[in-house]
Amino acid sequence: MKDSRIRGAEIVIKSLVSENCDYIFGYPGGAIMPVYDALYDYADQIKHVLTRHEQGAIHAAQGYARVSGKVGVCMATSGPGATNLITGIADAQIDSTPLVCITGQVASPLLGTDAFQETDVVGFSMPGTKWNIQVRKAADIAPAIAKGFHIARSGRPGPVLIDITKDAQNELSEFNYVPCLGIRSYRPYPIVKDSEITAAAEVINAAKKPYVLFGQGVVIGNAEEEFKAFLDKTGIPAACTLLGSGALSEDHPQYVGKLGMHGNYAPNLLTNQCDVLIAVGMRFDDRVTGDLKRYAKQAKVVHLELDNAEIDKNVKCAVSVLGNCKESLPMLTEKVNEGTHDEWLAAFRKLEEKEKSAVVSLDLLPTKIGLTMGEVIRYINDYKKDDAVLVTDVGQHQMIAWRYFKYKTTRTQVTSGGLGTMGFSLPAALGAQLADLSRQVVCVVGDGGIQMTIQELGTIMQTKAPVKVVLLNNDFLGMVRQWQQLFFDKRYSFTELDNPDFIKIAEAYNMKATKVTERENLSDAVAEMMIHEGPYFLEVVVEKEDNVFPMIPTGCSVEEVRLS
Amino acid sequence: MNRYTVSLFTENFIGILNRVTLIFTRRGVNIDALTASESKEDGVHRITIEVTTTEDQVLQIVKQTEKIIDVIKSFYYKDDEVVYQEIALYKIPISSLDPGLEKVIRQYNARIISAEKEFVVIEMTGHKEDTKALLEILQDFNILEFARSGRVAVAKPMGTIEQYLNN
Ligand SMILES: Cc1ncc(C[n+]2csc(CCOP(=O)(O)OP(=O)(O)O)c2C)c(N)n1
Repeated sequence: MKDSRIRGAEIVIKSLVSENCDYIFGYPGGAIMPVYDALYDYADQIKHVLTRHEQGAIHAAQGYARVSGKVGVCMATSGPGATNLITGIADAQIDSTPLVCITGQVASPLLGTDAFQETDVVGFSMPGTKWNIQVRKAADIAPAIAKGFHIARSGRPGPVLIDITKDAQNELSEFNYVPCLGIRSYRPYPIVKDSEITAAAEVINAAKKPYVLFGQGVVIGNAEEEFKAFLDKTGIPAACTLLGSGALSEDHPQYVGKLGMHGNYAPNLLTNQCDVLIAVGMRFDDRVTGDLKRYAKQAKVVHLELDNAEIDKNVKCAVSVLGNCKESLPMLTEKVNEGTHDEWLAAFRKLEEKEKSAVVSLDLLPTKIGLTMGEVIRYINDYKKDDAVLVTDVGQHQMIAWRYFKYKTTRTQVTSGGLGTMGFSLPAALGAQLADLSRQVVCVVGDGGIQMTIQELGTIMQTKAPVKVVLLNNDFLGMVRQWQQLFFDKRYSFTELDNPDFIKIAEAYNMKATKVTERENLSDAVAEMMIHEGPYFLEVVVEKEDNVFPMIPTGCSVEEVRLS
Repeated sequence: MNRYTVSLFTENFIGILNRVTLIFTRRGVNIDALTASESKEDGVHRITIEVTTTEDQVLQIVKQTEKIIDVIKSFYYKDDEVVYQEIALYKIPISSLDPGLEKVIRQYNARIISAEKEFVVIEMTGHKEDTKALLEILQDFNILEFARSGRVAVAKPMGTIEQYLNN
């Protein structure tokens, strides 16, 4: 009789195929070579993207996951390959991005002996993963992958790491893929309680100045429609967090702007004037709340949240509604009164005007000589499609791009929110682009951050992913310099950069590249980039010492938001 | 600050203890004592952790531990909500064994569980205060070694984990 068993390495690939994985972002090495060898035979079913660094692979998988809504998959070898994933794992954990990371491991008899390229990646990644496991037998591979996918994508999503020893990859075993549908100890979706909905509706219906804050939970729950229906019925003004951007079109009449340290003026200031604060799928990050002791003390807080550990963690709420907002929002919408809040909305609009004249017009329509980051984003808005994805790195450009990018549809915002990982954007943009080749993907990056993963231009070259890279070059680690200016007496300690000729670098990677230094060339350059079919690199030399405002300095209250 | 008993029911999965204790470590809460054992449910393990901290902190920790995939459920109790015991062992040189010591052993409801050529081992179960009180007395008897376990505890509130497992 023919032996129907296959090698563990092939089981890895067949399991991924069973999970409809179409992309693996990875980097090979000794301990994962059997899997790479098996992958060779499955090129028609799974595409592998060879990044230039494992950090690039995991960020690409994150970009892919955020745009597609699917689980991102990345792969690396043992030792340094595996440890290079750690930053991305931490990033995905805090931003709730579903990932399955597969790492090779030395053969099991060598475990614990400090063998070549052995590292305890399960131990390393334990605090940063939603779940992780080491597999030492071929027969355990498929169940581990099935469980990993289930855990990564369900409930509050997160990164999973599966470490597979080399002997397990080589061992023969039967392949029989059984998708994981549940785990006894894990309840990803708490059942929404009617009593909580009723209590929430009561509080909301009694409110004079209710205010909604929405976060990425709306996107993760695919609850955009349900959220809009709730707003449409109640007429309540709504502001978003960094990662909530895109969950509601900015054209919505009740959309009032963005929250947080560099968010909009009105949404921050008026947090301390509402009487009921309805938080939907957001976690009251300190970048949003500022000083907690002076945050929304006058308001009754209603918190709609999937993760029980987030309830009362930072802000104590009057009513919590535990569960997926996809489920809870329609139940709530049914019980709340129809209403309008014109006067209250007008209070937001009035402050919006103040922000416009004090900040926005100077950013978007500057009269000074130096180019601003804001005007670059203004032109991107002019030429972008509604579903264009903005991927940003970390720093001033991130905050400016977020502030001025017009988010029209969901899954258009990809950035490192919770961890603030410089170097995130270039590989994440590649992943975002591969998730949907029909969409425009614009990567906005600083001269500091791009040099953390600049080698991924090579991956963009090899995949021909038509990513538009917009480098906002201020020859500074801008955001740190801004803090030095404001809080360290302008002592610019190690934040000025001597930069290379980025255009030459981009061209060396076969990218069409343009550098803009004058305002009169900006519009055309952006237009050309946005209609260009392949990857494109646009460097804009911007004012060296511009600042991002409004700003809530660390330790200050939301109502101490500064316009200058 | 108060003393709390955190009681976790978990799957018997490699690394689970590590994951649980990491949550205490990260929040800077010191673990006073820890025990792990099987429970009456097949395949369900229980971890009992004693901490001194604020109720807010212990509540957050309990919620965080429940997020661990292999934790089935965790609870926390104040001291008056649990029945708990610790076991203590005292090693005394044989030369100290006299009527005075025997009286102390009886008085404390302790017992000799092993008599060797050169020493005896006394065992006592009880609360930390009681086992500590005996320790102090035994100092006068040239005690050689002392060891005390972590807390084993069951909750006074009726019905906990079964209800959770069954619904
Ligand atoms: C990996 C990493 N290291 C350090 C930081 C701290 N940091 C935050 S913003 C910033 C400066 C970013 O400079 P640049 O990329 O040039 O962007 P800009 O602020 O000028 O737009 C630094 C160093 C970080 N967020 N991530």
